[in-house]
Amino acid sequence: MSENVTEREVMEYDVIIVGAGPAGLACAIRLKQLKEDLMVAVIEKSAEVGAHILSGAVIEPGPLDELLPGWQDSPPPVCIPVKHDELAFLTATKRRKLPTPPQQKNHGNFIVSLGALCGWLAPKAEDLGVDIFPGYAAAGIHFLADGAVGGVIIGDMGVDREGQPKDTYMQGIEIHAPTTVLAEGCRGHLSKQLINKFKLDENSDPQAYGIGIKELWQVGPGKCQPGLVHHSIGWPLDTHTYGGSFIYHMDKDRVAVGFVCALDYSDPEFSPFEAFQQFKHHPSVKPLFEGGEILSGGARTIIEGGAQSLPKVEMPGALLIGDAAGLLNLPKIKGTHQAIRSGMLAASHLADKGTGEGFDGTLRASPIMKELHKVRNIRPGFNKGLWRGLITAGIETVTAGKLPRTLHNHADHSALKKLQDMKTVDRKWVKRELAPRDRLASVYFAATDHDEDQLVHLQILEPDVCISRCGEEYGHPCTRFCPAQVYEMVEDTDTSAGQRLQINAANCVHCKTCDIKDPYQIINWVTPEGGSGPNYQNL
Amino acid sequence: MSKTLIIAEHDGKDLNPSTAKCANCAAAISQPYDIVVLGSTISEVAKQAATIEGVETVIAIDAEHLAKPLAVNHAAEVVALADGYSHILGPSTTYGRDLMPRIAALLGVNQVSDISTVVGPHHFKRPIYAGNAIVDVQSPEGVKVVATVRVASWKALANTGSASLEERTADSPALTHTRYLDLQSGGGERPDLQTASRVVSGGRAMASEENFELIYSLADMISAGAGASRAAVDAGYCPNDMQVGQTGKIIAPDLYMAFGISGAIQHITGIKDAGTIVAINKDAEAPIFEVADIGLAADLFDVIPEMKQLLG
Amino acid sequence: MKILVGIKRVVDYNVRIRVRPDGSGVDTDGVKMSINPFDEIALEQALRIREAGNAEEVIVVSLGGTECQQQLRTGLAMGADRAIQVDTEENLQPLTIARALLKVVEKEQVGLVILGKQAIDGDNSQTGQMLAALWDRPQATFASGLELSGDSATVTREVDAGLEKIEVDLPAVITVDLRLNEPRFVKLPDIMKAKRKPLEVIPLTDLGVASENDLLASQYAPPPVREKGIMVEDTAQLVAELKTRGLV
Repeated sequence: MSENVTEREVMEYDVIIVGAGPAGLACAIRLKQLKEDLMVAVIEKSAEVGAHILSGAVIEPGPLDELLPGWQDSPPPVCIPVKHDELAFLTATKRRKLPTPPQQKNHGNFIVSLGALCGWLAPKAEDLGVDIFPGYAAAGIHFLADGAVGGVIIGDMGVDREGQPKDTYMQGIEIHAPTTVLAEGCRGHLSKQLINKFKLDENSDPQAYGIGIKELWQVGPGKCQPGLVHHSIGWPLDTHTYGGSFIYHMDKDRVAVGFVCALDYSDPEFSPFEAFQQFKHHPSVKPLFEGGEILSGGARTIIEGGAQSLPKVEMPGALLIGDAAGLLNLPKIKGTHQAIRSGMLAASHLADKGTGEGFDGTLRASPIMKELHKVRNIRPGFNKGLWRGLITAGIETVTAGKLPRTLHNHADHSALKKLQDMKTVDRKWVKRELAPRDRLASVYFAATDHDEDQLVHLQILEPDVCISRCGEEYGHPCTRFCPAQVYEMVEDTDTSAGQRLQINAANCVHCKTCDIKDPYQIINWVTPEGGSGPNYQNL
Repeated sequence: MSKTLIIAEHDGKDLNPSTAKCANCAAAISQPYDIVVLGSTISEVAKQAATIEGVETVIAIDAEHLAKPLAVNHAAEVVALADGYSHILGPSTTYGRDLMPRIAALLGVNQVSDISTVVGPHHFKRPIYAGNAIVDVQSPEGVKVVATVRVASWKALANTGSASLEERTADSPALTHTRYLDLQSGGGERPDLQTASRVVSGGRAMASEENFELIYSLADMISAGAGASRAAVDAGYCPNDMQVGQTGKIIAPDLYMAFGISGAIQHITGIKDAGTIVAINKDAEAPIFEVADIGLAADLFDVIPEMKQLLG
Repeated sequence: MKILVGIKRVVDYNVRIRVRPDGSGVDTDGVKMSINPFDEIALEQALRIREAGNAEEVIVVSLGGTECQQQLRTGLAMGADRAIQVDTEENLQPLTIARALLKVVEKEQVGLVILGKQAIDGDNSQTGQMLAALWDRPQATFASGLELSGDSATVTREVDAGLEKIEVDLPAVITVDLRLNEPRFVKLPDIMKAKRKPLEVIPLTDLGVASENDLLASQYAPPPVREKGIMVEDTAQLVAELKTRGLV
């Protein structure tokens, strides 16, 4: 944030919502439905609503039915009813169907593009009188004298790489509101700041995350079976890395394919992007994509901690909703319905009580929390490996989470083993042929756009560590876990170490993996200039 | 009167190569074609135009007010000639792009911009969306065709012709509301990267700012512009106005030589319309070899000095 | 003096362009639409002229359906005073657009028209020149510099040979190139103010203008794939090949 002397211009609202994702938009819509006179604004850092949103996604329509009855009569542009579900276990060469667990039965659900869904929700919010401002980044919090949250500070625009104002310099305004609703999604940067400041997580387990990488493909004629939902576990992951794949067949010969890796993996040499690309080459998968072309692709982290890791979701002047809080149901691999419900719950709480106070209690007593509670032991069960995890999952499913035990989550960044402690794993990975050939080629499909002449938005808090310790201890894992090849170690004869860290900030797809997985926790992701970042289409 | 008129481009002394390219396009339309040269003291230029293969007549219209390439004056003159022709072509250079639409509007017809292929006298192909799509365009029968010819798509016709020369006086008066002041040639000795017909580029493998001297000296030797990949710019080896690629300049030189550039899609986007792409890279697997017309898997630090010796 | 600025709603420059597999057009399904980048530069210049005290009003105009009001509102948020939407569902060609713009120019008694040099979808680069012709006024295209003085303007144009300077008497049409200026960011409060600025809708038919002898776009295709080239063994072969092809 620039330290400037001139006071910022102020706009005032009753509620300011940060993030035009499903939680933020549902909250905005519900607020206006309940109290049409409320002044509600939604700030969104992407240039267009939906451009930074990426998800599988198969959604449960229930909360949408509640929010917008009759929505199915004019559904969002990408909306395909699920016809058939399969879960499989993969080895390097084989695919074995498994019985579909109840959490993954999708009858009555829809395959959607979450980005397109949000793009469809936004005008509905605007029709109700919500002011939505895409292209503006909430860069900081406006604190009141008593330390409460009083609103947000919009990032300055037109600032050069050295932090100096350019000719186009425009100071960001402040938006003040009695209640700020943080709906930034997984690992939101303001949410992170506030959770630390108000110690909202002091009574919760460490949060757990995964990275989801996705591509939207146009496949050859006759290959797409609309409504087909495939998930897999096993290869290309080893039994100590939690994660799996999804393939969702949509319409118009389009297939969404993606891979999720939990970020508590221990191998510093592991590359989630490579794991995804390997998955596409499995003999049971590759034929689907041969002869096809990639339409769009990107990556985003997923919040996995569930009930045990949920922080307190209220603080003076602000609330956390959706995945900014962490409401995704991991065994279902679904967060959208929870996000929408939480947005609506926050709206009704605010409309009812006129304040966010008590929202934490309201949320914990709600069906949203009940759903998380039921499956709370499944994710941590996998901390002991795939087989133990499957057994725990089976038990927890059968007992519907009623066993009087709560397993605990551990922090992702501390799970990384040092190089010297790591045994090489033979992953049985193959030579690849399908596009994209590498991360740079993949980034092309994210259409990510950053003015190169701006401050680097990836702050390295202790830059010496990269050169002095990380190489030896972990081998620079950032150069592997970033799906966009933002981080590179390059030769530099000018430095004593002969190399330096180069940050290709312009490649960033805003996934937040680096902020989470860096073993030293010295990478701090902040928002770049508003409007920068990916331009996802139908992801 | 199925006949084509080509508007010549020149600088007062020499005919611009774009004229012979327009002639090639006219030849593809398969009907007789003339060239009109507008300007002042243009007899030399007119003679050059008369040598272009297949031209029937070169019409030279010499008048003081036509000396400078002002669209307002040139358009009026062409319109006065237009009756005898079914097709009027100009080059897709800044001169032609400035001029031809004015002619089209004065004649009351739509214009086809940037013809890249001729399918028939009223059927053309042209690029749209910065060359990401090619569209077939058909103009109505019986209506005059006014078009610009995409110079990068056509080879110049040879100088084997002998057209007849016709001198005419200007038909239209000098318009006074537009006045030519001056022309500043592209600053610096090296051709501007955006418009150079040859470009030599360096990538990350150049390894230092000093090493870029190799690129500059080779470029100067063949009168080329100098470019760089984003990786080279990011590494600080050269200024960012040399960046070629999706977020830098998108160029279409006749010759593009890439030294030590891997060929990421983002870079290829910037050069996909180049005439001939030449790639030199130590890594035989580098993606650039998939789009290069001529590839050499060798060390640029050997190749550049060798090239300079052979070309010097 | 009133300045008229043309604004076109186009596919955003970041969108990966794809041709529909059946060749019927470019896939614009759910893609982001924005103001043509050159038009933003044109508007920025008009605003600077007004801010320098050389014009009293900047009017933005767009031809299209109701959707283009989105871009007009952005233009108003940037600082334009008024907006006009010439309403039509037709995909108009430059000559028809020029004819329609002329009607607006005459109605509004405009002193200067500033347009982008081309739209990034059609890449025609025709409308400005055509309007100038129909209006019987000067044109100054590909402007990278502009100075007004009284009733005339000195325009620096980016041409192949370098930078050309011409002087034109107003009223005139100027089309702008990339390096003329860097458009301003829109301040949030101005987005709100823009909602209250006048936006007039005029049906194209009311202007008495209709398409005539339109060019027909029949088939769309992706660009030809570059054929795989040859590999040479050494520098000598490379230079020989270049010489044979007449490239050096």
